[in-house]
Amino acid sequence: MNKHLKNYAWVILFIIFSIGSYFIGFKPGVVIYSNFNQFFIEMISFIPLLFVLIGLFDVWFPKEMIEKHIGKESGVKGIFLVILLAMLQAGPLYGAFPVAYILYKKGASVKNIFIYLGAFSSMKIPMLGIEMGYLGIKFTILRTLISLPLFILIGYIMEKVVGKDFEVKEVKA
Amino acid sequence: MLNNTLIFGLLTGIVLIVSFILDNKKTILGLKKGWKMLFSILHPFLNILILISFVLFFIPDTLIVKYLGANSGWLGFTIAAIIGSITLIPGFISYPLAATLLKQGATYAVVAVFMTTLMMVGIVTLPLEIKYLGKKAAIFRNVLNFVAAIIIGILMGRFM
Repeated sequence: MNKHLKNYAWVILFIIFSIGSYFIGFKPGVVIYSNFNQFFIEMISFIPLLFVLIGLFDVWFPKEMIEKHIGKESGVKGIFLVILLAMLQAGPLYGAFPVAYILYKKGASVKNIFIYLGAFSSMKIPMLGIEMGYLGIKFTILRTLISLPLFILIGYIMEKVVGKDFEVKEVKA
Repeated sequence: MLNNTLIFGLLTGIVLIVSFILDNKKTILGLKKGWKMLFSILHPFLNILILISFVLFFIPDTLIVKYLGANSGWLGFTIAAIIGSITLIPGFISYPLAATLLKQGATYAVVAVFMTTLMMVGIVTLPLEIKYLGKKAAIFRNVLNFVAAIIIGILMGRFM
Protein backbone atom coordinates (compact mmCIF):
# COMPACT_ATOMS: atom_id res chain seq x y z
CA MET A 1 0.00 0.00 0.00
CA ASN A 2 2.79 2.35 1.02
CA LYS A 3 4.55 1.83 -2.32
CA HIS A 4 1.39 2.68 -4.28
CA LEU A 5 0.89 5.78 -2.15
CA LYS A 6 4.44 6.86 -2.97
CA ASN A 7 3.97 6.18 -6.70
CA TYR A 8 0.87 8.31 -6.81
CA ALA A 9 2.21 11.09 -4.56
CA TRP A 10 2.31 13.66 -7.40
CA VAL A 11 -1.15 12.67 -8.59
CA ILE A 12 -2.59 13.05 -5.09
CA LEU A 13 -0.86 16.41 -4.59
CA PHE A 14 -2.18 17.56 -7.95
CA ILE A 15 -5.76 16.57 -7.07
CA ILE A 16 -5.50 18.50 -3.78
CA PHE A 17 -3.99 21.47 -5.66
CA SER A 18 -6.83 21.42 -8.23
CA ILE A 19 -9.64 21.13 -5.68
CA GLY A 20 -8.01 23.83 -3.55
CA SER A 21 -7.65 26.14 -6.58
CA TYR A 22 -11.29 25.63 -7.44
CA PHE A 23 -12.52 26.53 -3.96
CA ILE A 24 -10.36 29.58 -3.37
CA GLY A 25 -10.78 30.72 -7.01
CA PHE A 26 -7.04 30.49 -7.88
CA LYS A 27 -7.27 31.03 -11.67
CA PRO A 28 -3.90 29.57 -12.79
CA GLY A 29 -4.71 26.41 -10.86
CA VAL A 30 -8.06 26.10 -12.62
CA VAL A 31 -6.43 26.63 -16.06
CA ILE A 32 -3.75 24.03 -15.31
CA TYR A 33 -6.44 21.57 -14.24
CA SER A 34 -8.40 22.17 -17.46
CA ASN A 35 -5.18 21.49 -19.45
CA PHE A 36 -4.73 18.28 -17.51
CA ASN A 37 -8.33 17.30 -18.09
CA GLN A 38 -7.92 17.57 -21.88
CA PHE A 39 -4.79 15.40 -21.84
CA PHE A 40 -6.37 12.94 -19.47
CA ILE A 41 -9.37 12.46 -21.77
CA GLU A 42 -7.02 11.79 -24.68
CA MET A 43 -5.03 9.30 -22.65
CA ILE A 44 -7.95 7.44 -21.13
CA SER A 45 -9.68 7.15 -24.51
CA PHE A 46 -6.90 5.20 -26.20
CA ILE A 47 -4.44 3.81 -23.61
CA PRO A 48 -6.66 1.00 -22.26
CA LEU A 49 -7.39 -0.09 -25.84
CA LEU A 50 -3.69 -0.01 -26.70
CA PHE A 51 -2.90 -2.28 -23.76
CA VAL A 52 -5.62 -4.75 -24.73
CA LEU A 53 -3.84 -5.03 -28.09
CA ILE A 54 -0.37 -5.24 -26.50
CA GLY A 55 -1.52 -8.05 -24.21
CA LEU A 56 -3.12 -9.98 -27.08
CA PHE A 57 -0.05 -9.42 -29.26
CA ASP A 58 2.09 -10.86 -26.47
CA VAL A 59 0.14 -14.12 -26.19
CA TRP A 60 -0.61 -14.69 -29.88
CA PHE A 61 2.72 -14.02 -31.55
CA PRO A 62 5.55 -16.34 -30.56
CA LYS A 63 9.10 -15.04 -30.34
CA GLU A 64 10.38 -17.15 -33.25
CA MET A 65 7.77 -15.67 -35.55
CA ILE A 66 8.50 -12.04 -34.65
CA GLU A 67 12.24 -12.67 -34.81
CA LYS A 68 11.88 -14.15 -38.28
CA HIS A 69 9.78 -11.29 -39.64
CA ILE A 70 11.23 -8.19 -37.97
CA GLY A 71 14.44 -9.54 -36.42
CA LYS A 72 18.05 -9.01 -37.44
CA GLU A 73 17.80 -10.87 -40.74
CA SER A 74 14.44 -9.47 -41.80
CA GLY A 75 15.60 -6.87 -44.38
CA VAL A 76 13.22 -4.64 -46.31
CA LYS A 77 10.18 -6.75 -45.47
CA GLY A 78 10.88 -6.22 -41.76
CA ILE A 79 11.06 -2.46 -42.23
CA PHE A 80 7.80 -2.50 -44.16
CA LEU A 81 6.08 -4.57 -41.45
CA VAL A 82 7.08 -2.34 -38.51
CA ILE A 83 5.98 0.77 -40.40
CA LEU A 84 2.63 -0.86 -41.14
CA LEU A 85 2.26 -1.91 -37.49
CA ALA A 86 3.01 1.64 -36.32
CA MET A 87 0.60 3.21 -38.82
CA LEU A 88 -2.27 1.11 -37.48
CA GLN A 89 -1.91 2.47 -33.95
CA ALA A 90 -3.06 5.57 -32.11
CA GLY A 91 -1.94 7.92 -29.36
CA PRO A 92 1.11 10.02 -28.45
CA LEU A 93 4.67 8.73 -28.54
CA TYR A 94 4.95 7.76 -24.89
CA GLY A 95 2.34 5.08 -25.59
CA ALA A 96 4.79 3.47 -28.03
CA PHE A 97 7.50 2.71 -25.47
CA PRO A 98 5.64 -0.25 -23.92
CA VAL A 99 5.09 -1.58 -27.45
CA ALA A 100 8.82 -1.17 -28.11
CA TYR A 101 9.43 -3.26 -25.00
CA ILE A 102 7.23 -6.09 -26.29
CA LEU A 103 8.88 -5.94 -29.73
CA TYR A 104 12.31 -6.06 -28.12
CA LYS A 105 11.33 -8.98 -25.89
CA LYS A 106 10.12 -10.86 -28.95
CA GLY A 107 13.37 -10.36 -30.82
CA ALA A 108 12.81 -7.36 -33.12
CA SER A 109 16.06 -5.79 -34.36
CA VAL A 110 17.31 -2.49 -32.93
CA LYS A 111 16.96 -0.85 -36.33
CA ASN A 112 13.34 -1.93 -36.67
CA ILE A 113 12.44 -0.82 -33.13
CA PHE A 114 13.60 2.73 -33.91
CA ILE A 115 11.95 2.77 -37.33
CA TYR A 116 8.81 1.69 -35.49
CA LEU A 117 9.14 4.56 -33.00
CA GLY A 118 9.69 7.04 -35.85
CA ALA A 119 6.67 5.85 -37.79
CA PHE A 120 4.60 5.77 -34.60
CA SER A 121 5.51 9.36 -33.82
CA SER A 122 4.15 10.87 -37.01
CA MET A 123 2.64 8.38 -39.45
CA LYS A 124 -0.28 6.87 -37.56
CA ILE A 125 -3.31 6.64 -39.83
CA PRO A 126 -5.81 8.16 -37.36
CA MET A 127 -3.46 11.12 -36.96
CA LEU A 128 -2.84 11.54 -40.69
CA GLY A 129 -6.62 11.84 -41.03
CA ILE A 130 -6.74 14.77 -38.61
CA GLU A 131 -3.69 16.32 -40.26
CA MET A 132 -5.33 16.24 -43.70
CA GLY A 133 -8.42 17.87 -42.24
CA TYR A 134 -6.51 20.79 -40.74
CA LEU A 135 -3.44 21.26 -42.92
CA GLY A 136 -4.49 19.76 -46.23
CA ILE A 137 -3.65 16.64 -48.24
CA LYS A 138 -0.57 18.12 -49.90
CA PHE A 139 1.02 19.08 -46.57
CA THR A 140 0.30 15.66 -45.05
CA ILE A 141 1.57 13.58 -47.96
CA LEU A 142 4.67 15.72 -48.48
CA ARG A 143 5.55 15.61 -44.77
CA THR A 144 5.10 11.84 -44.68
CA LEU A 145 7.22 11.32 -47.80
CA ILE A 146 10.05 13.48 -46.44
CA SER A 147 9.86 11.90 -42.96
CA LEU A 148 9.89 8.25 -43.96
CA PRO A 149 13.44 7.97 -45.39
CA LEU A 150 14.71 9.97 -42.41
CA PHE A 151 13.11 7.50 -39.97
CA ILE A 152 14.68 4.57 -41.79
CA LEU A 153 18.05 6.35 -41.74
CA ILE A 154 17.65 7.02 -37.99
CA GLY A 155 16.95 3.30 -37.51
CA TYR A 156 20.26 2.40 -39.18
CA ILE A 157 22.18 5.07 -37.24
CA MET A 158 20.67 3.97 -33.90
CA GLU A 159 21.65 0.38 -34.61
CA LYS A 160 25.23 1.53 -35.25
CA VAL A 161 25.35 3.77 -32.17
CA VAL A 162 23.61 1.69 -29.48
CA GLY A 163 23.24 -1.66 -31.25
CA LYS A 164 25.52 -3.84 -29.14
CA ASP A 165 24.43 -3.06 -25.60
CA PHE A 166 20.88 -1.97 -26.35
CA GLU A 167 17.98 -3.26 -24.32
CA VAL A 168 14.45 -2.11 -23.65
CA LYS A 169 13.51 -2.49 -20.01
CA GLU A 170 10.12 -3.22 -18.57
CA VAL A 171 8.92 -0.37 -16.40
CA LYS A 172 7.42 -1.81 -13.25
CA ALA A 173 5.11 -0.26 -10.70
CA MET B 1 -10.96 12.93 -32.05
CA LEU B 2 -14.08 11.14 -30.89
CA ASN B 3 -14.45 9.43 -34.26
CA ASN B 4 -10.87 8.18 -34.18
CA THR B 5 -11.30 6.79 -30.70
CA LEU B 6 -14.52 5.14 -31.82
CA ILE B 7 -12.83 3.49 -34.83
CA PHE B 8 -9.83 2.41 -32.77
CA GLY B 9 -12.17 1.08 -30.08
CA LEU B 10 -14.26 -0.78 -32.64
CA LEU B 11 -11.16 -2.41 -34.17
CA THR B 12 -9.86 -3.39 -30.74
CA GLY B 13 -13.28 -4.84 -29.93
CA ILE B 14 -13.31 -6.94 -33.11
CA VAL B 15 -9.76 -8.21 -32.47
CA LEU B 16 -10.76 -9.07 -28.90
CA ILE B 17 -13.87 -10.99 -29.97
CA VAL B 18 -12.03 -12.93 -32.68
CA SER B 19 -9.24 -13.74 -30.21
CA PHE B 20 -11.78 -14.90 -27.63
CA ILE B 21 -13.54 -17.18 -30.11
CA LEU B 22 -10.23 -18.69 -31.22
CA ASP B 23 -8.88 -19.29 -27.73
CA ASN B 24 -10.55 -17.89 -24.63
CA LYS B 25 -7.80 -18.95 -22.19
CA LYS B 26 -5.11 -17.27 -24.23
CA THR B 27 -7.25 -14.14 -24.54
CA ILE B 28 -7.77 -13.87 -20.79
CA LEU B 29 -4.04 -14.36 -20.23
CA GLY B 30 -3.37 -11.59 -22.77
CA LEU B 31 -5.82 -9.23 -21.08
CA LYS B 32 -4.20 -9.93 -17.71
CA LYS B 33 -0.76 -9.16 -19.15
CA GLY B 34 -2.05 -5.98 -20.78
CA TRP B 35 -3.69 -4.86 -17.54
CA LYS B 36 -0.48 -5.50 -15.56
CA MET B 37 1.55 -3.41 -18.00
CA LEU B 38 -1.05 -0.65 -18.05
CA PHE B 39 -1.11 -0.49 -14.26
CA SER B 40 2.68 -0.32 -14.04
CA ILE B 41 2.94 2.70 -16.34
CA LEU B 42 -0.19 4.52 -15.22
CA HIS B 43 1.53 6.69 -12.63
CA PRO B 44 4.51 7.73 -14.82
CA PHE B 45 1.96 8.64 -17.55
CA LEU B 46 -0.15 10.67 -15.12
CA ASN B 47 2.95 12.44 -13.80
CA ILE B 48 3.87 13.45 -17.36
CA LEU B 49 0.37 14.79 -17.99
CA ILE B 50 0.58 16.87 -14.81
CA LEU B 51 3.99 18.23 -15.82
CA ILE B 52 2.78 19.15 -19.34
CA SER B 53 -0.32 20.83 -17.90
CA PHE B 54 1.98 23.15 -15.95
CA VAL B 55 4.36 23.74 -18.87
CA LEU B 56 1.48 24.67 -21.19
CA PHE B 57 0.13 27.11 -18.64
CA PHE B 58 3.36 29.08 -19.05
CA ILE B 59 3.30 28.76 -22.86
CA PRO B 60 -0.32 29.55 -23.81
CA ASP B 61 -1.65 29.47 -27.41
CA THR B 62 -1.76 33.26 -27.66
CA LEU B 63 1.96 33.46 -26.94
CA ILE B 64 2.74 30.76 -29.52
CA VAL B 65 0.72 32.55 -32.21
CA LYS B 66 2.42 35.86 -31.35
CA TYR B 67 5.96 34.51 -31.75
CA LEU B 68 5.42 32.04 -34.60
CA GLY B 69 3.01 34.09 -36.72
CA ALA B 70 3.68 36.33 -39.72
CA ASN B 71 7.25 37.50 -40.43
CA SER B 72 8.69 35.43 -37.63
CA GLY B 73 11.52 34.22 -39.93
CA TRP B 74 14.45 32.18 -38.62
CA LEU B 75 13.81 33.34 -35.07
CA GLY B 76 10.28 31.95 -35.36
CA PHE B 77 11.68 28.73 -36.83
CA THR B 78 14.09 28.37 -33.90
CA ILE B 79 11.44 29.13 -31.28
CA ALA B 80 9.05 26.67 -32.96
CA ALA B 81 11.71 23.94 -32.87
CA ILE B 82 12.49 24.60 -29.20
CA ILE B 83 8.89 24.80 -27.95
CA GLY B 84 7.96 21.77 -30.05
CA SER B 85 10.86 19.77 -28.60
CA ILE B 86 10.10 20.57 -24.99
CA THR B 87 6.36 20.05 -24.93
CA LEU B 88 4.01 17.40 -26.09
CA ILE B 89 0.59 18.57 -27.25
CA PRO B 90 -2.05 16.05 -28.31
CA GLY B 91 -3.12 16.14 -31.96
CA PHE B 92 -6.59 17.49 -31.35
CA ILE B 93 -5.06 20.64 -29.84
CA SER B 94 -1.90 20.96 -31.95
CA TYR B 95 -3.55 20.62 -35.39
CA PRO B 96 -6.13 23.37 -34.87
CA LEU B 97 -3.28 25.48 -33.44
CA ALA B 98 -1.17 24.80 -36.55
CA ALA B 99 -4.07 25.76 -38.81
CA THR B 100 -4.46 29.00 -36.85
CA LEU B 101 -0.74 29.70 -37.24
CA LEU B 102 -1.01 29.34 -41.03
CA LYS B 103 -4.02 31.66 -41.10
CA GLN B 104 -2.06 34.20 -39.06
CA GLY B 105 0.64 34.17 -41.71
CA ALA B 106 3.18 31.72 -40.31
CA THR B 107 5.31 30.01 -42.96
CA TYR B 108 4.96 26.32 -43.78
CA ALA B 109 8.53 25.77 -42.59
CA VAL B 110 7.67 27.12 -39.11
CA VAL B 111 4.45 25.11 -38.87
CA ALA B 112 6.13 21.93 -40.13
CA VAL B 113 9.07 22.16 -37.73
CA PHE B 114 6.67 22.91 -34.86
CA MET B 115 4.45 19.92 -35.63
CA THR B 116 7.29 17.47 -36.26
CA THR B 117 9.26 18.36 -33.13
CA LEU B 118 6.02 18.13 -31.12
CA MET B 119 5.50 14.60 -32.37
CA MET B 120 9.05 13.27 -32.59
CA VAL B 121 11.05 14.98 -29.83
CA GLY B 122 9.99 15.00 -26.19
CA ILE B 123 12.11 16.57 -23.48
CA VAL B 124 9.27 16.44 -20.96
CA THR B 125 8.86 12.71 -21.62
CA LEU B 126 12.63 12.03 -21.67
CA PRO B 127 12.78 10.63 -18.09
CA LEU B 128 10.14 8.05 -19.01
CA GLU B 129 11.88 7.25 -22.29
CA ILE B 130 15.18 6.71 -20.42
CA LYS B 131 13.43 4.19 -18.15
CA TYR B 132 12.54 2.13 -21.21
CA LEU B 133 15.41 2.64 -23.65
CA GLY B 134 18.30 3.62 -21.35
CA LYS B 135 20.03 6.99 -21.21
CA LYS B 136 22.23 6.71 -24.30
CA ALA B 137 19.56 5.44 -26.70
CA ALA B 138 16.89 7.87 -25.45
CA ILE B 139 19.13 10.91 -25.80
CA PHE B 140 20.44 9.82 -29.21
CA ARG B 141 16.92 9.16 -30.46
CA ASN B 142 15.81 12.65 -29.44
CA VAL B 143 18.87 14.35 -30.93
CA LEU B 144 18.56 12.50 -34.25
CA ASN B 145 14.83 13.19 -34.41
CA PHE B 146 15.48 16.86 -33.68
CA VAL B 147 17.89 17.04 -36.63
CA ALA B 148 15.37 15.18 -38.80
CA ALA B 149 12.62 17.62 -37.76
CA ILE B 150 14.79 20.59 -38.78
CA ILE B 151 15.40 18.98 -42.19
CA ILE B 152 11.68 18.26 -42.58
CA GLY B 153 10.85 21.87 -41.65
CA ILE B 154 13.28 23.33 -44.16
CA LEU B 155 12.19 21.00 -46.99
CA MET B 156 8.50 21.63 -46.28
CA GLY B 157 9.20 25.36 -46.51
CA ARG B 158 10.80 24.80 -49.92
CA PHE B 159 8.16 22.53 -51.42
CA MET B 160 4.86 23.85 -50.07
